[in-house]
Amino acid sequence: MSFDTKSAVRLALIGLAVASVAACTRPKPQGPVETPPAPTQPATPQQPYTPPPAPGPVDQGPLPGTVQDFVVNVGDRVYFDTDSYSVRADAQPVLAGQAQWLARYSAVRVRIEGNADERGTREYNLALGARRANAVREFLIGQGVAASRIETISFGKERPLDPGTTEDAWAKNRNSRTAITEGAR
Amino acid sequence: MIAKSARAKRTLATPLLAMTLALAGGAFAAALPGVAAAQIEIDIDKGAVKPMPVAIPAFAGAQRGADIAQVISGNLERSGLFQPLNVAGVPDKLTDVNIQPRFPDWQGTGAQALINGQVTVGADGSLRVDFRLWDTFSQQQLLGLQFTSTAENWRRVAHKISDAVYERLTGEKGYFDTRVAFVAESGPKLNRVKRLGIMDQDGANPQFITDGSSIVMTPRFSATSQELTYMALRPTGSSIYLLNLQTNRQETVGRFPGMVFAPRFSPDGKKVAFSVEKGGNSDIYVLDLRTRQSTRITTDPAIDTSPSFSPDGSKIVFNSDRGGQAQLYVMNADGSGVRRISYGGGRYTTPVWSPRGDYIAFTKQTGGQFHIGVMRTDGGDERLLTTSYLDEGPTWAPNGRVLMFFRESSAGNPRLWTVDITGRILRPAAYPGAASDPAWSPLLD
Repeated sequence: MSFDTKSAVRLALIGLAVASVAACTRPKPQGPVETPPAPTQPATPQQPYTPPPAPGPVDQGPLPGTVQDFVVNVGDRVYFDTDSYSVRADAQPVLAGQAQWLARYSAVRVRIEGNADERGTREYNLALGARRANAVREFLIGQGVAASRIETISFGKERPLDPGTTEDAWAKNRNSRTAITEGAR
Repeated sequence: MIAKSARAKRTLATPLLAMTLALAGGAFAAALPGVAAAQIEIDIDKGAVKPMPVAIPAFAGAQRGADIAQVISGNLERSGLFQPLNVAGVPDKLTDVNIQPRFPDWQGTGAQALINGQVTVGADGSLRVDFRLWDTFSQQQLLGLQFTSTAENWRRVAHKISDAVYERLTGEKGYFDTRVAFVAESGPKLNRVKRLGIMDQDGANPQFITDGSSIVMTPRFSATSQELTYMALRPTGSSIYLLNLQTNRQETVGRFPGMVFAPRFSPDGKKVAFSVEKGGNSDIYVLDLRTRQSTRITTDPAIDTSPSFSPDGSKIVFNSDRGGQAQLYVMNADGSGVRRISYGGGRYTTPVWSPRGDYIAFTKQTGGQFHIGVMRTDGGDERLLTTSYLDEGPTWAPNGRVLMFFRESSAGNPRLWTVDITGRILRPAAYPGAASDPAWSPLLD
């Protein structure tokens, strides 16, 4: 990436940060390495990525450009409806944030892992997870992320987030995780 | 004993089992089908409402005789069609297989059939097992067979005897001299370890083939050789393996751009059908194992997976959501002539064609529950055999009359179960651990 494009991206992000700060008062994460608790309602909308302020003596948040930064400040998972692979409205700002973050950290490569809840059979769920991962991939490509930086896999119902057997647990387990495979700080 | 010597020339990787008809005097005539129709028999398609009481005393000949009787007893009991009685107190000790039982002793137990036998160990350590099957009330011999084998093979002799008895009394082939491949599960639900396992159908001799470093799934036996195909999933991708159980040699079916999963052999063992995912779309491919050429046989943008060949190899049943949600479809083995066969409410997946060709078993989801069911190959006569929080993945016993599947409660902890095609005989399989994805082998040689 040339110096000029980099600056342009930075400027754009700063503009966005100002807009977000004005728009909401989302608290900065406190814990040093805590991943955010899985939402009880995956429908909770997330804001687009806001780059953390320059590290200062008081700031305990993750360093910009790290996997932690991505997970905590952008969000690595989005959720799906039963037997569906449509990117939901509440997932779109999260994925837009992922695309912006990936634009900023252009050495990062990702693997999108599609997951399904246990209310389906194993092989069908592998196929469904692959559809979800691909839907997220297409969305990110649509937001300008180079296809060559994204690989996909499906874990079907093999890697649940929540061991529960309620609709809430299944809703969490119907997700796609954007995992950073290389290039993070 | 011509049959015996002829069989001795066969070269088998598994130790030799020879079976000969025991010419036990005049009683043998009664064993010939048609000479005297069986006075007792079980119609397994009616799912025997009341199991037949049978007496299976310890075979004469030291501890091994007792062991063999116990294995036979366990097999017949688990089939749900027989009720082995406790006959320890019966005065007739049956010390010589060539002497007729004292029938009044056995009639007194209520047993309709009596299985007795005798074990002889040869000077070279070989095992000879003679057994008889009697109708206790008509006092006729229904079977008289002799097996010879190596001593360590005694369980297989017991399974062969179980198969012979089952076939004589039900008219259907037995399924006891078989093995089951499965996935042994351990660890918490959020980080389950899955290893490929294989065991005798009665749970004996379990072995674990993979170490758990990748998630293994969906093993399937070849119908023609001691070979398995299964899939393994790692964070970096999935692979389909072909594993020869005799040589332990393993190979993959090759590399594909996306996920590969759901492998099954064709009935002649020469091809493998499986799903390949590309750009989110899963289609069915068939790989010719000799030429290594793979052919894509479905092209629909829907999910097409879980292929299963008909026993003559001419057709494939699979599940697809091309109609909106997962249903079963049958096509010719080249992908032509696709037609939907399931029309009930709910989602149908994991179809498996019976080795007899008459039914297709499947998993069905409806009303928040999972079911194992069977239907005719044209979709008619659908019957749901089980219901639970999660029942999945039926596999046919080689006689096409019994299914094994796995059941997982809401607490997790998957277990193997069996059910007959009437749905009346439902019980846990003989494997004590957490397990899923069973695959029943054909009858062994």
